[in-house]
Amino acid sequence: MSEPLVLGLESSCDETGVALVRGRELLAHEVASSVEQHVRFGGVVPEVASRAHLQAMVPTLQRACASADVDLAQIDGVCVTAGPGLMGALVVGLSAAKAIAMALDKPLYGLNHLVGHVAVDLLDHGALPERFGALLVSGGHTSLLVVDDITSALTEVGATIDDAAGEAYDKVARLLGMGYPGGPVIDAAAAGGDPRAIAFPRGLTSARDLERHRFDFSFSGLKTAVSRWVETRRLEGGDVPVADVAASFQEAVADVLTAKAMDMCAHHGLDTLVLGGGVAANSRLRGLLAERADAAGVTVRRPRPGLCTDNGAMMAALGAEVIRRGHRPSSLEIGATPGLPVGTVLV
Amino acid sequence: MTVILGLDTSTSVVAGLAVGDAAPRVAVVDDTRAHAEQLMPLVRELLGGAGLAPTDLTGIVVGVGPGPFTGLRVGVVTALTLGEVLGVAVHGVCSLDVVAAQWAASGAPDEFVVASDARRREVYWAHYARGMRVSGPHVSAPDRVPPLPLAGPGATLVGEASGPTVLDGGVLAARGPTLPDAGREPLYLRRPDAEVPGAPKSALPQPRVAFGMRP
Ligand SMILES: [Zn+2]
Repeated sequence: MSEPLVLGLESSCDETGVALVRGRELLAHEVASSVEQHVRFGGVVPEVASRAHLQAMVPTLQRACASADVDLAQIDGVCVTAGPGLMGALVVGLSAAKAIAMALDKPLYGLNHLVGHVAVDLLDHGALPERFGALLVSGGHTSLLVVDDITSALTEVGATIDDAAGEAYDKVARLLGMGYPGGPVIDAAAAGGDPRAIAFPRGLTSARDLERHRFDFSFSGLKTAVSRWVETRRLEGGDVPVADVAASFQEAVADVLTAKAMDMCAHHGLDTLVLGGGVAANSRLRGLLAERADAAGVTVRRPRPGLCTDNGAMMAALGAEVIRRGHRPSSLEIGATPGLPVGTVLV
Repeated sequence: MTVILGLDTSTSVVAGLAVGDAAPRVAVVDDTRAHAEQLMPLVRELLGGAGLAPTDLTGIVVGVGPGPFTGLRVGVVTALTLGEVLGVAVHGVCSLDVVAAQWAASGAPDEFVVASDARRREVYWAHYARGMRVSGPHVSAPDRVPPLPLAGPGATLVGEASGPTVLDGGVLAARGPTLPDAGREPLYLRRPDAEVPGAPKSALPQPRVAFGMRP
């Protein structure tokens, strides 16, 4: 079979993504984001996001088809995020995908969003090794995965037990009056600060915690520690050194993420790590990971920033692999699964 | 020959197919929680039963509510996407207007109200006179609905139903194209539940302060 031509749709959170992929070649990749509409709420409002998905779905599809100059009648499959994500948001993309599949009599593939964050790197860096690790960091997820087969065998060895890393960024940014989303603004502020100025806690790294939560994360205590430090400083009448707070907070996040990722690679004998999710664009996380991976002899792969945040290419890239392996398509009766486990690649 | 598909997910999952002047076909799944699962298989079955393919459609009519948002969006995005992919026009109608048209065709009173369940102890409703919508759609408590004969899936939340209580997919497909244009966006009638956050709460341990103590 020649390289499959795949349409990918994504609508699990606040980005409406549509993409076309041929094999491992990205033909078109269009995203409509509702992030602006969530700024004043300091976080994604599910109903606002769902309404925006409905408005954006058809125009985004039109843009993707036009920019790839592809006739949808030629596609080999429609691939869509079936979960995890926000229920009201997921059903918009899923329903659109079903309509396309039914109208054109094409197979439908309901796929796992988290696995898409890993698979999308195929478009930038080609075939994945036999066995490798993945670190997914975004506003919605923080997970460590061992991947034996991107289309069928992934194991989540660790995840956050409370807030996602990106959520901690949002909360700390709000505390510092820096706006939303927190990732880019804190990263920028941290550039002028001293990462060693304040010793913020590293969650789940004590000997006792490591027994039960060796590869898990916790960012809720860190967020509270930053909040207390800032509040105490203000009560004492002092200026808050925003750059130092941002840099020290960011250091704590990057330190624990990279330390646990490297520990996973060592423990499971992995020599490649794929970094994915919106927070993968963070400069300190990339820098520290490169340093530590280099020392440990681990190769780090990371998709270009535009493919790290949520998009349709994730689904198309994963779908192309799923089709290439000859997995059976999904039924037209599938539903969206907000809590879809990472081990379920195809619904 | 016209082949019109009607879709409505403002309550349960309803589809209708009108081919020319023949009696329309109807398919329903009486489930208010599985719109995304049920709608497309239902449409495939409906078309298959008529010996037609999706590419035979010449038009689509969709009920744009009002109704519970998540389910409602399933019908609307499905209709818009089918319309785009098949290159046929999509006509949005108020779902309450469909029930009104059903009643008007079978001897409705001069004036009446069509109501549906808006949850949270409220109803969506519209007021009709001589078959035309003269007010609404609104969302309100049931006791704010004018005291008129009632129809619609939420009629019993207001009083006693004397007209049809279930939206007929056949009427939607056959009469939909002549009903007033309600746009291609759901009739939400309510703003999203969302609060702009206030100042962050204190994260410091709060000391117990004796009553009346000055700061
Ligand atoms: Zn994501």
